[in-house]
Amino acid sequence: MKRTGFSPQTTQRIAFAVLTVLAVVVVVPIVLVVLYIVVQGIGAINWEFLTRMPRGGMKEGGILPAIVGTVVLTFGTALVSIPLAVGAAIYLAEYARDNWLTQAIRLAIINLAGIPSVVYGLFGLGLFVLFLKLGTSIVAGSLTLGLMTVPVVISTAEEALLAVPQSFRVVSRSLGASRWQTIRHVVLPNALPGILTGVILGLERAAGETAPILFTVAAFYLPQLPSSPFDQTMALPYHLYVIATQVPGMPLRIQYGTALVLLLLVLGLDVTATVIRSRFRRRRQW
Amino acid sequence: MVTKIGIYDLRFAYGGDTALKDVTLEVPAQAITVLFGPSRAGKSTLLRCVNRLNDLIEAIPITRSGEVLLDGKDVYAPDVDVTELRRRVGMVFALPLPLPMTVRQNVLYGQRMRGERNPARLNELLERSLLQAALWDEVKDRLDDPATRLSGGQQQRLCIARTLALEPEVILLDNPTSGLDPLSTAKVEASLRHLKEEYTIVMVPHSVQQAARVADVAAFLLGGELVEVGTGVQIFTRPQKKRTEDYVTGRFG
Repeated sequence: MKRTGFSPQTTQRIAFAVLTVLAVVVVVPIVLVVLYIVVQGIGAINWEFLTRMPRGGMKEGGILPAIVGTVVLTFGTALVSIPLAVGAAIYLAEYARDNWLTQAIRLAIINLAGIPSVVYGLFGLGLFVLFLKLGTSIVAGSLTLGLMTVPVVISTAEEALLAVPQSFRVVSRSLGASRWQTIRHVVLPNALPGILTGVILGLERAAGETAPILFTVAAFYLPQLPSSPFDQTMALPYHLYVIATQVPGMPLRIQYGTALVLLLLVLGLDVTATVIRSRFRRRRQW
Repeated sequence: MVTKIGIYDLRFAYGGDTALKDVTLEVPAQAITVLFGPSRAGKSTLLRCVNRLNDLIEAIPITRSGEVLLDGKDVYAPDVDVTELRRRVGMVFALPLPLPMTVRQNVLYGQRMRGERNPARLNELLERSLLQAALWDEVKDRLDDPATRLSGGQQQRLCIARTLALEPEVILLDNPTSGLDPLSTAKVEASLRHLKEEYTIVMVPHSVQQAARVADVAAFLLGGELVEVGTGVQIFTRPQKKRTEDYVTGRFG
């Protein structure tokens, strides 16, 4: 071959430099956004902001009901999506044969993952709020968010299950364990960190969504905290939307403060996922 | 000698690929039977027909005909409980494959899965199995360490102990010393010689030399056919078939 242009070392250096720049470019906007929100919002954060009800047309006081609402909805989403998605993932990874039913299920999951969240909101309104007469409620909102989260969790959980070496399954079966015992005692424990990561990523997305809760659960303003799963609730993303667009003369400080709290909540989930993963990885033994 | 496993006219194919062609072989109890031959001879397939591990294959359609009898009862009969069969017929694989758990949990895995909860009984099984596999002295203080911290040779003896803890009647070993150094290999072979007094052992050896060292009965397979079977001494000193002689003396393979 005829050598042209730079020496291999130079090419290597150029490639390395270009890749580094690209990687940095990805990180910069994230850092900037976070920094900007922290700088703008940190002034609003104090004990009262986090623990009090809003006052004075939401221009004063705290955002407690929105925080509580988002936490409750995230929990509800987990309750709906984890059993459904993990169950489906186990079925797909461990039991399903390659036939038309499996293909149909996979196709459905891919399509579910691609549906815009506002469509989920409308679907939730139609099915849960109106048809099942759950009303605009935490239950309806959790079901809607849960449904939206399911495809994400299924995909990551299935991947985590398939990443457990096949030889473990063969060994377990050769020792007289049934298929279910093998899943329960060998496959699941080793896939758990991956599954949890998927679950948390899904919940993060759900916690920050506005559109699905718009018609199914979220309230503009409530004078008190919800007391039953059939109550409406305020929630951080929707609250942020409302105070940013619907309330004239809203202090910027409060808007950014609210955004910061939402950001911290999601980051908190992220950190939890990372801690779980690294702890399990240290325990991993293959 | 009592026949423990009777294999009659066994034919086995993965899709269109025939792995065993009408194999008939009687495996005696309390002896080491060695299945040897070049690769693709059907040795592993034959082993995996006895504990029905071939049932796990889902990717390719499988066809099988003929009989595999354990104590005169067909292991493929519809009323056979496969999990119980696999406890009676334990298996050790070519690579040491400890499950990702502790030494103790590995050894007792099979018993726990069958529902054994009695701690005294489990402890007794743990110690006895590890003693039989010549591993007890090396791991008795590390029973709750992850099994993967053991050396390769120790891991393979752990896998043997794990199979013994099932209290099986038959032990199938599919090239159990493939990844081991000569010293560990010698230890495993010594345990096998000891174990044959109690168990029926069927083994795919690592080499012809190993086959000659351990075989009470030797069966030579080639391309899915059983060419010749006889006592170890007979097969390795006075083979009757030309193909056996050529393989044993190293003319091919």
